[in-house]
Amino acid sequence: MSFAWFVALRYLRDARGQTTLILAAVTVGVSVIVFLSALINGLQASLIAATLGSQPHVTLRPPREAPRPVVAATPGHVIARSVQPASQRLRSIDQWPRVMDDAARDPSVTAVSPVVTGSGVVTRLDAHVPVVVRGVEPDRFIAIIDLPSRMIEGQFAIGAGRVVIGRDLAEDLGAAVGDRLRITSTEDVTDIVTIAGVFALGNEGVDGSWIVTSLPHAQALFALPGGVTAIEMKVTDVFDAAGVADDLARRTGLTADSWMTVNASLLSGLAAQASSKTMIQSFVVLTVALGIASVLIVSVVQKSREIGILRAVGTPAHHILLVFLIQGGVLGLTGSIIGSGLGMAFAKAFETVAVNPDGTPRFLVQVNALLLVQSTLLATGVGLLSAIIPARRASRLDPATAIRGG
Amino acid sequence: MAADAPLLRVERLTRDYGRPGQPVTRALAEVDFVLARGELTALVGPSGSGKSTLLNLVGLLDRPTSGRVLLDGCDTTTLDERALTQLRGRTLGFIFQFHHLLPAFTALENVLLPAWADEGRPSSEARVHAAAMLEAVGLGDRLHSRATELSGGQQQRVAIARALARRPPLVLADEPTGNLDTASSDGVFELMRRFNSEQHTTFLVVTHDARIADRCDRIIEIVDGRIRVDRRR
Ligand SMILES: Nc1ncnc2c1ncn2[C@@H]1O[C@H](COP(=O)(O)OP(=O)(O)OP(=O)(O)O)[C@@H](O)[C@H]1O
Ligand SMILES: [Mg+2]
Repeated sequence: MSFAWFVALRYLRDARGQTTLILAAVTVGVSVIVFLSALINGLQASLIAATLGSQPHVTLRPPREAPRPVVAATPGHVIARSVQPASQRLRSIDQWPRVMDDAARDPSVTAVSPVVTGSGVVTRLDAHVPVVVRGVEPDRFIAIIDLPSRMIEGQFAIGAGRVVIGRDLAEDLGAAVGDRLRITSTEDVTDIVTIAGVFALGNEGVDGSWIVTSLPHAQALFALPGGVTAIEMKVTDVFDAAGVADDLARRTGLTADSWMTVNASLLSGLAAQASSKTMIQSFVVLTVALGIASVLIVSVVQKSREIGILRAVGTPAHHILLVFLIQGGVLGLTGSIIGSGLGMAFAKAFETVAVNPDGTPRFLVQVNALLLVQSTLLATGVGLLSAIIPARRASRLDPATAIRGG
Repeated sequence: MAADAPLLRVERLTRDYGRPGQPVTRALAEVDFVLARGELTALVGPSGSGKSTLLNLVGLLDRPTSGRVLLDGCDTTTLDERALTQLRGRTLGFIFQFHHLLPAFTALENVLLPAWADEGRPSSEARVHAAAMLEAVGLGDRLHSRATELSGGQQQRVAIARALARRPPLVLADEPTGNLDTASSDGVFELMRRFNSEQHTTFLVVTHDARIADRCDRIIEIVDGRIRVDRRR
């Protein structure tokens, strides 16, 4: 062990009370950082999972129809004209199988699903309820939204006049599995279907309005033989969805929306949450740094005569510098290791306290190795940084003055 | 480094204290003297006369306002901080009146400090030697006692062992017996005298104790920063 390490560790051991107190402070600080991160990361992950549980990451649609002037203005002529916005009718994506294959080849796209989405009214007895009809290919669709696992009644079996509907819609209609419904689409096509199952995705808008049926059935309802109104996609990195959407829009000339534009307010909420977390953590870091620095500064003052003696017996100034840097680093490192463990334990304990009425955790806290490594590095770095001022002061002590006690 | 150069030569050594713009205190005024090898010299004088100032300059802990300190013929005024630290560690031993030991360390560790600071982890040879030094000052049974667990006289003997452990040619002592009773003072002085005659270590000892000064080979008295008397017995 080098001389500086030996002296530093001995000083820490010798000032047991001080060392314990400042270690406790670092430990509490780091555990707050770890706990807060685990909590907020977990909360955000569960919010995003809930949001993405009922919607695709990216949706491709036909371009919006823009009105084009019939007569163009030419130099020297003034034209008076009135341009009316076009009404947006249900249209199919041009050559959608080719577009879909093209999108599926993008390495960041993990699933694609062609859909027909349109509105209509469902009638049962004297109830008339507006609905969203979703025509899908079952195998492709469940790779995007996992409906079979969210069925609360019946089964996810669609096609041949059978549909699944949202829980709230079923309640509004007073209908259950096996009941028959009359659907009238906006294209004025009417059909009778049987409820094969009821699902709950936990999203009010979806559970209160969706009727999921087969693609051919929806194509018939909306008079779009062989067509689809949208291609829905899942991507590898959910936060990259906007980038993937932009890319696809450029390549295909279609409109591409990501969940991020659709849920802009959720995302800005999450961002605000993340930045308040960062702010709290910064203050904790600052407090820890000030704590370590003040303990070391006091220690330099207390030990100035000893430092003078060390210098007198031939200790180079840079070894004195090291002695205090090491103390700061060791305090940071030790505190962060204990603190990480404590923070993790708090987070896990919180998971068992914050539970749904049915006893399942309201959300899972997220502690990952990266977070622990980061906070350990952070605290060690902070320890070293806060030791710089005391260490420089110690190494610059004038030995003659220090020994006199000045 | 001339072999026939005196161990220590001090030339027109002057040290002024005081902040810029304020009247200066001339703690030491153009002091000249030479210490030959193997001399045990007492440095005496009234309080505030500049004894500690002189010792700090000779000990390379402080730099003179003007004048030179030559150790073994080597002019120390031209050396940088790093070289001074190394020279200090290898050629000088210090014994101070107070605060001589590091309280967090044992007697043995305190004695090992100079070697440790200079060479890194001490060899087992250095450890054996340090233990022998403590044995020589009568503390063979207290090697692993904390400095704070020793009496004042015992602490001072550890300090002597530390000052002598690396066999420095010159040992500087600032009132080594200043806070000891008569018996302990005599013990400490006898130790210095013994190393002086056995190893030819040169000592420069600041003392207020006339009994001790009288037993040295030479007495230098300074008053108001100037040498007033310099006599050999
Ligand atoms: N760091 C300093 N700053 C200002 N003045 C100082 C300093 N060190 C010493 N002096 C002054 O220099 C003069 C000599 O002081 P020094 O400590 O050398 O005296 P001394 O002979 O060792 O006295 P004592 O016997 O009391 O220890 C005194 O007037 C003292 O006030
Ligand atoms: Mg003095």
